[in-house]
Amino acid sequence: MSSVASGAIDHHHDSTTSTGIPNKKLLMWAFLASDCMFFGCLISTHLIYRLHPPAGTPAATQVFSIELTSFSTFILLMSSLMMALAVNAIQKGNLKSMRASLILTIICGLIFLGCQVYEFNEFVYVKHLTISNSILGTTFFTLTGTHGIHVLLGVIWLTSMLIYSYTGRLTEKDAIDVESMGLYWHFVDIVWIVIFTVVYLLEYI
Amino acid sequence: MADAITKSGFTAHDEKITARSSLFYRPQAKTGLMSWLTTVDHKRIGFLYGVFALFFFLVGGVEALLIRIQLAVPNNNFLSAQQYNEMFTMHATTMIFLAIMPLSAAFFNFIMPLQIGARDVAFPRLNAFSLWVFVAGAIILNIGWFMHDGAPNGGWFGYTPLTTRTFSPNHAIDMWVMGLQLLGVASIAASLNFITTIINMRAPGLTMMRLPVFTWMTLITAFLIVLSFPAITIALIELMMDRSFSTNFFEVSNGGMPILWTHLFWVFGHPEVYILILPAMGIISEILPTFSRKPLFGYPIVVFSGACIGFLGFGVWSHHMFTTGMGTVATAAFAMTTMAIAVPTGVKIFNWVGTIWGGHISMRTPMMFALGFIWLFMIGGLSGVMHSAAPADAQQHNSYFVVAHFHYVLIGGSLFALLAGIHYWFPLMFGRKVSEFWGKLSFWVIFIGFNTTFFPMHFLGLNGMPRRTFTYDPNMGWSNSNFIATIGAFILGVGVTIYFVVMVYTYFKGEKVKNDPWDGRTLEWSLPNPVPEYNYAVIPVVHARDAFWYQKQHKAEIEAEKAKAAKEEELHGGIHMPFQSLYPFIASLGLLIGGIGVSTMDSNPDPKVIVGKKLTVCFIGLAIFLYGVYCWALEGNEGYHIHLDNHGDDHKH
Repeated sequence: MSSVASGAIDHHHDSTTSTGIPNKKLLMWAFLASDCMFFGCLISTHLIYRLHPPAGTPAATQVFSIELTSFSTFILLMSSLMMALAVNAIQKGNLKSMRASLILTIICGLIFLGCQVYEFNEFVYVKHLTISNSILGTTFFTLTGTHGIHVLLGVIWLTSMLIYSYTGRLTEKDAIDVESMGLYWHFVDIVWIVIFTVVYLLEYI
Repeated sequence: MADAITKSGFTAHDEKITARSSLFYRPQAKTGLMSWLTTVDHKRIGFLYGVFALFFFLVGGVEALLIRIQLAVPNNNFLSAQQYNEMFTMHATTMIFLAIMPLSAAFFNFIMPLQIGARDVAFPRLNAFSLWVFVAGAIILNIGWFMHDGAPNGGWFGYTPLTTRTFSPNHAIDMWVMGLQLLGVASIAASLNFITTIINMRAPGLTMMRLPVFTWMTLITAFLIVLSFPAITIALIELMMDRSFSTNFFEVSNGGMPILWTHLFWVFGHPEVYILILPAMGIISEILPTFSRKPLFGYPIVVFSGACIGFLGFGVWSHHMFTTGMGTVATAAFAMTTMAIAVPTGVKIFNWVGTIWGGHISMRTPMMFALGFIWLFMIGGLSGVMHSAAPADAQQHNSYFVVAHFHYVLIGGSLFALLAGIHYWFPLMFGRKVSEFWGKLSFWVIFIGFNTTFFPMHFLGLNGMPRRTFTYDPNMGWSNSNFIATIGAFILGVGVTIYFVVMVYTYFKGEKVKNDPWDGRTLEWSLPNPVPEYNYAVIPVVHARDAFWYQKQHKAEIEAEKAKAAKEEELHGGIHMPFQSLYPFIASLGLLIGGIGVSTMDSNPDPKVIVGKKLTVCFIGLAIFLYGVYCWALEGNEGYHIHLDNHGDDHKH
């Protein structure tokens, strides 16, 4: 209550809720727990099938390009940094800085997606690994494709938020919405780190 | 008296409703069809869940009676094998997903916010969205009945490779997949809402260990849903990819393994049965104390057992797979975890008995259903623990013994508790009480019918009758028991009919009652009936478990608190109410259209046509969904305020 009286918005404590955590933040964390199980099942499917490769399955090490994927992973990690800066900016009421950081986040996200599209094309047309011609192709494209859709939805959300910020209706008191978006974006990044490790790097051990 | 408060001081829409543009006009109808389509009131949403659930319960019941007619005599030809497959698939899918789960959701929605002293759930529009997506899923599951391809027919568990494109080439399974996906979205969204509400919107003084047990079970069930539904979501996605895009998840010739489906399904499926029973246990834990006039025996251990059941429920799934050849270690491990999960369940039963013991028992209809629950659920649990011994299960698996087991826990357990809850909370929801004579009559007919139907199935199973077969030979020795079971099924049908007729009659013409007819213990009974739109005129302060019971023993203290809190609320601008919204309904409509496009239409084989009919319908659905979501996001979450007369006097000013 005192924070309201002094005029400054407390972004870390909501006195109207039983725990002090804003409802939207709790919702997003619970949703991410669910999404965790979602990706966990897809990753498990990949790992199970990795142990039972039928004859004629292409070797993953012959197909993957660790250099390209490392680059796109780095870009995605940088996008998370940009996202954190955007959240920090809006919590201080600095709309201009938030917009700049959001734009950079979106660009990094788009570069990541571009790399994925390029990689998928390489795999299908050059390495002849398709979603239907082998079990590796099935699990790989479904898993990374699902992740890519999550990134795409995140980019659409970020862009919508960016456009909305130009209408003058986004202010410091809406920081929780940007923070929720940030949580989602960081989650998508962390899932990618797990996928990169468990799908790509694991093949080289 | 409370009505006098609302009538005299009610000032709705005292603030000008600022619509940003005509696009974001907020619906204000309080009566009529639009008021139902745009409602965000948890009580109305709960009522709608209940109405749809009871409708589909009747549909599932008809499907069951058709099954029983077919099995009444050997070598019957009332249903063809194909029709029989559709019947048992749809009976199970309907009862589980369209009857029991939404009926539980009806209570979660109506009762839980009242029990925690809240005015609504954390996200009212998301709540409405869950409801309408549930309706969309229910529609897609059932349109097969009206189409050439027929209703889904692969069993409610959809085992591969039967459900792959090779062996189920038409759209029946596609509709099953799509329908379940939408139901999953609805369930997860609702559960996220309930988790946030219970954790974050409790009245002052309401610590977690003072929560009513029904609210605790709501919370645990919500966590189960949120963590187990992703498994079936992925399984269904993998099946859909195999069916539509020739992937190899379950395609043996390319390295796929159908057993993966079985594992993923049951990783969901086992927590699902706890999702079905925990709310029922919560209802029983409310009814027994009220009608024994004693607090719940061992409240902390009942809560902890519920949490244990939820947690351990993720570790037992392969007890549905003892005969699949998993190997000794896996089989033994799952046998042990399954036996372990019987412990917290048994603990709860002892605590319920402890609650009744020495109490002043009032044998009203809800109490009779509750006592029936304890007895019948226990029988179901005993046959369940018989399954947990893997060698014994080798005999029982896929036989009618399993059918007997799960109907005892689902009907004797879940359904009895839900029927008890309807009787128990009817006065709160509708201001009327069901007649004791007709309520008890419906109980006895249901009880007799249910046991006549399912008790013989224990013997049928042990005598070798397999599940899911549309007929049997007269030489097997199964004929008499099957005939008795069919008679029992029709008695059960009569009992359900009596129950329904009585319910509908009571809704329109039943005996009116004042509030708190049962001398209840929990906060929801402190409200007037009908419950005002804003629930609590003043948010209560909670001092103990069984908060309303404390209020009744400390009337003066509570009055003083109420007066103080009322002043504070008025200083903060009055009671904040959310605006209604049509966009959750529109978004659901988009999902329905898109879902119909995906699951019922054929892809266009002509390569020259890039966007054929199917893709067009899918895009239209997607566009409507996105329109709904964007407008929902942009219309904002303001509301209006209600101001009440502080003294409860009938002044006009």
